[in-house]
Amino acid sequence: MNSKITIAGVEFKNPVMTASGTFGSGREYGEYMDLNQLGAVVVKGVAITPWKGNPAPRIAETYGGMLNSVGLQNPGVEAFIENDIPFLRQYDTKIIVNIAGRTIEEYCQVAERLGEVDVDLLELNISCPNVKEGGVAFGTDPFMVEKVTKEVKKYSKQPLIVKLSPNVTDITEMARAAESGGADGLSLINTLLGMAIDIYRRKPVLAMKVGGFSGPAIKPVALRMVYQVNKAVNLPIIGMGGIMTGEDAIEFIMAGATGVAVGTAHFNNPRASLEVVEGIQKYMDTYGVKDLAEIRGII
Amino acid sequence: MCLTKEQWKNKKRVEILKNIEIAQNVYKMDLQVGEMVKKIQPGQFINLYCNQGQRLLPRPISICQVDEKREILTIVYGVVGKGTREFAQYQSQDKVDIIGPLGNGYDELKKEQHSILIGGGLGVPPLVELAKRLSGNVEVYLGFRSDPFLVDTFKQYTNQVYVATDDGSYGYKGTVLDLLNQKKHVKEQAMIYSCGPKPMLKNIVKWAKEKQYPIQVSLEERMACGVGACVGCVCKIQNVETGEWEYRRVCKDGPVFNGREVVWDE
Ligand SMILES: Cc1cc2nc3c(=O)[nH]c(=O)nc-3n(C[C@H](O)[C@H](O)[C@H](O)COP(=O)(O)OP(=O)(O)OC[C@H]3O[C@@H](n4cnc5c(N)ncnc54)[C@H](O)[C@@H]3O)c2cc1C
Ligand SMILES: Cc1cc2nc3c(=O)[nH]c(=O)nc-3n(C[C@H](O)[C@H](O)[C@H](O)COP(=O)(O)O)c2cc1C
Ligand code: FES
Repeated sequence: MNSKITIAGVEFKNPVMTASGTFGSGREYGEYMDLNQLGAVVVKGVAITPWKGNPAPRIAETYGGMLNSVGLQNPGVEAFIENDIPFLRQYDTKIIVNIAGRTIEEYCQVAERLGEVDVDLLELNISCPNVKEGGVAFGTDPFMVEKVTKEVKKYSKQPLIVKLSPNVTDITEMARAAESGGADGLSLINTLLGMAIDIYRRKPVLAMKVGGFSGPAIKPVALRMVYQVNKAVNLPIIGMGGIMTGEDAIEFIMAGATGVAVGTAHFNNPRASLEVVEGIQKYMDTYGVKDLAEIRGII
Repeated sequence: MCLTKEQWKNKKRVEILKNIEIAQNVYKMDLQVGEMVKKIQPGQFINLYCNQGQRLLPRPISICQVDEKREILTIVYGVVGKGTREFAQYQSQDKVDIIGPLGNGYDELKKEQHSILIGGGLGVPPLVELAKRLSGNVEVYLGFRSDPFLVDTFKQYTNQVYVATDDGSYGYKGTVLDLLNQKKHVKEQAMIYSCGPKPMLKNIVKWAKEKQYPIQVSLEERMACGVGACVGCVCKIQNVETGEWEYRRVCKDGPVFNGREVVWDE
């Protein structure tokens, strides 16, 4: 059985990755699992300078899901390079760096700086709903999606994955725009914009009032979007949104995903991504799937 | 650096030995946790996962007490929402998933001869194991809205336990701070350990600063991972070098912080 996959010329031992922002740089969950077993660690969004992030509360639980308004708190690209890359390089897993910016220039600067260091792919986050500038402002306008992709692509040495926002009317339009801009792959979905209200305090639960909705409750939406995007473009897709088990991951692969990322599930089970790896393997063994390509995009 | 298989931490399914109401809407749960009891520092917490799958996020609950010999970990929790309502329904022999111990507990300054423990409401439980382990002169001040709990447990470890209730139904009528101000603290040195609602902590820190006592406070924030990975649970902490505040993770950098470094929002 072969669960190896290739995205933009980079080979991964299996399709399972960690969703950006849910796994830090792997240090904390590395105490709960063998990071060598993962296809890739996708690290928390990194910007050119440190970002403080949003005020607390940043977390709210909802039925079968959660909201977050972390707002891309990160120590900046230099601290990331110094502390996290040497840590991750101890493991036999790929490193994908999620990059954040307020302006096109900032995205380009991060991409350029990362070009000098040993990481495998870049994931351009133009879909964070928790920051005012940059983030989702770029990800919901096809003209901007194409423009920012094209610019950042000029500065990146590593293959560039563009992470799409689901907070749009037609996700295929954004996917095509990223493809025209020269993206080497797409990842989707980022969080859906959501809200929760504390009726006893008569206030929103989150300090920012609204935040990104993730977890198993969003899986049908995510799956539908992966399916549509797979039909619309000719790029490898990293699918995510509510994946809890190997079976969930197989659904995304059948809808057209090459890689799959596990995020919120870690909060419910620190070993979630490893269990997804095991679950995929078990499915392949049980149903005689020799290569994931046999079932990819069959729907 | 890389851990071997046996060293990986994991979610653990443990048995509930006892789960009883000890005050109105406050429950005490004994868990048979095994070896974990040996590694516990007072002030640390566990993540308790709901058995109902739609409630994804673990509930952080402080470790109240451990019985090392019998490998029992005790928590005391208030029923305040959906998850804790679910916990209250568990019976003995039911099982729950936990991870822990998590976070940094209180620094027990061994030389410190005089300790003052100040707890408010559901902030009282984590002080129990601390009171048990501290030696020397230990004073305990507890504040409750009305129905107190754990008072007798503290009395096993020190004879200086003082209680205040808002409605005067037990002990002193007023806040724990009023009660503190009633006593003359003439000791030169004391370490203050505190846990409770934010407005109380803020006032206790002010009081400690006036008395020039060092103070450790345990903070609460809404969490997702509980292990430091998501940066969801932040509080504002003064960076002593730069003088500026920065967001720190309650679950990993705390929950116990130096009270003087906490920046309180209005
Ligand atoms: C480090 C730490 C230690 C704690 N120790 C204790 C303890 O010993 N005893 C005790 O009674 N309570 C303690 N709490 C508070 C306890 O975690 C909450 O009361 C509990 O999570 C509420 O869950 P719920 O499902 O009943 O409430 P809901 O409001 O239904 O919960 C919804 C979500 O909000 C979170 N949440 C709600 N209130 C709080 C809160 N005050 N703090 C953090 N998260 C919250 C829940 O975890 C859940 O994710 C502690 C909190 C922290 C951070
Ligand atoms: C706490 C939290 C932080 C996140 N931070 C980022 C981030 O920094 N960059 C990013 O591209 N996506 C971020 N995301 C989105 C996830 O990577 C993922 O796209 C989304 O949560 C859907 O997957 P899930 O349901 O498996 O969590 C974050 C999600 C959560 C829950
Ligand atoms: S709850 Fe995730 S960092 Fe504290």
